[in-house]
Amino acid sequence: MRCITTPENMLSPEGAFGGNPLFYWIYGLAAHLVPCWLAYVIAGLVIMLILINAVLLGAAIVSWGERRLLGRFQNRVGPNRWGPFGALQPIADLTKLITKEDIIPYGADRLAFTAVPVIMVSSLLVATAVIPFAKDVALVDLNVGVLFILAVSSLTSIAIFTAGWASNNRYALFGAGRAVAVLISYEVPVVLSLLGVVVVAGSMSLGDIVVAQAVPFFLVQPLAFFVFLAGMSAELNRTPFDVAEAESEIIAGYHTEYSGIKFALIQAAEFGGALFVSGLIATLFLAGWAGPVADWLGWLWFLIKTFIGIFLFVWIRSTFPRLRLDQIMAVCWKFLMPLSIINLAAVVLEVYFLRDASGTLSTSDLWIMAGINMVVAVVSIAFFGRIIRQKIRNSSRTMTASAPMVRGVPTIEVG
Amino acid sequence: MYGLEMAKGLLVTLTNLARKPFTTSYPEQRVKQHPRFRGEEFTWYEERCTGCASCAKYCPLGIIKIVTSPSETAPLQGDKYRLEVFDIELQRCMFCGLCVEACPYDALFMGSGFEEGQYKRTDLVITIDRLRQADKHPSTWFRPQLEGMDYRPGVSRPLGWREVGREGWRWHQHEKAGMRLTGSNTTRDSGDEA
Repeated sequence: MRCITTPENMLSPEGAFGGNPLFYWIYGLAAHLVPCWLAYVIAGLVIMLILINAVLLGAAIVSWGERRLLGRFQNRVGPNRWGPFGALQPIADLTKLITKEDIIPYGADRLAFTAVPVIMVSSLLVATAVIPFAKDVALVDLNVGVLFILAVSSLTSIAIFTAGWASNNRYALFGAGRAVAVLISYEVPVVLSLLGVVVVAGSMSLGDIVVAQAVPFFLVQPLAFFVFLAGMSAELNRTPFDVAEAESEIIAGYHTEYSGIKFALIQAAEFGGALFVSGLIATLFLAGWAGPVADWLGWLWFLIKTFIGIFLFVWIRSTFPRLRLDQIMAVCWKFLMPLSIINLAAVVLEVYFLRDASGTLSTSDLWIMAGINMVVAVVSIAFFGRIIRQKIRNSSRTMTASAPMVRGVPTIEVG
Repeated sequence: MYGLEMAKGLLVTLTNLARKPFTTSYPEQRVKQHPRFRGEEFTWYEERCTGCASCAKYCPLGIIKIVTSPSETAPLQGDKYRLEVFDIELQRCMFCGLCVEACPYDALFMGSGFEEGQYKRTDLVITIDRLRQADKHPSTWFRPQLEGMDYRPGVSRPLGWREVGREGWRWHQHEKAGMRLTGSNTTRDSGDEA
């Protein structure tokens, strides 16, 4: 063998592609035919291609599974015409959307309008790169993985606002404004809850976080899990926080004007986002690929845990009605925000007192933390739940009373 | 809604997930159709029809078009016209059934079908030929004599024109001039009418 194909001696400091065995296998294979640098590029591209296809195919499966599951939640059957149990429904949907006319509205900003689906899908795909699907199987195991995910997935809010602005449609702009308000607010509790995870794991690398979960983190910090779930529901514009595309109020929100392949891409990004966040929940809170039997079965545990995440999202969607925008803000700043701060404070104190001399936590320490945090979670949710309920009642009362006082409608000045 | 109520709500939806969906997968499974269903294709018995055009007059939308010519058997009495056009424009029909109510001779019935999708508007006009050739599955709507027979339009056999009349009237048993009776078992006894 002419090329170096062992992880230790690879070019990058961390071991390129996270020590991904599939990458090294393809690399070794290609190295027989082409120069080393080309083999390296080819292997990387192949891995990326596999990942992109997996994510988009997963998004298609999620779109089918969600409709199917939602149907059962509502005592319906769901899509059942194409293929067994309607499993080919995404293909039919995609065929329909691709063959539709691709309309760009008159007066729209063509470049921005066209760029939005690309940004949304690519930010999703880039964010997926750091998720470990099995032991050592990630596109790249960044040591700042959590930070990377937060940074990249925030691109979505820019894309959404661009969509609203570029559409030249007032409903799209309303939707975009709502979406950005929600996204920016919910970023804060989500980041704070992730901080708790990072503190306990002692690393921002998703691979290390999985390894650190001798006890799954949804037990160690139930508050963080709860806040992350709620916050991510808001980030994905899902019910009960889906004011951004509330179809009963503003037609479809920011993607009102999108049709054809662009709409298909936006939908793929949304369902792929649900899949990605479920994978993130599996990685951060449900111990990722770590499972009872063997390491090579990691992908199976990861898939099962991802499905649990998706099921949770669909379950929440089928249960809760949509909140008003001011209620969403109240939930964020007066409920989730204190909860995440309490969680962070509790976790930091526990880690400070429980860790041993080398700064690591043993499994029994994690169980102790789980016990304490469970009590903290129940007490604080009950306490802040009571407060927020009163606040929301009062605010809705004052809003109704002051509604006739509103004189004009808010205007947007175009410079 | 924060706290225990949220858990309660989640539990409600979870019980619904465990339940069997009560959707009927339509093309494969069908719900039981009521015999009084006012179906799309009309059932018309030419033998009973005198061409009086009551149905056309009573139609609130005016979508029934009837063109007749004098009877070939008894033109002077004029009690039976020959029908040349009998068009029902289904695209505007609202299936109120007033034409069926208006028919004095039990010649027009509502149908039992409901799958009348067409690609052209002109295909939605039921012509006299279609009415003649159609299988006669009359709906029992406004026809109590069919309900007395316990007739099920969707399931039972097609009915001939002699079976669908109101027997108390005995209209069809006494052939009046011009009634095109093909069968031989008709009583030609005019004494009853008096």
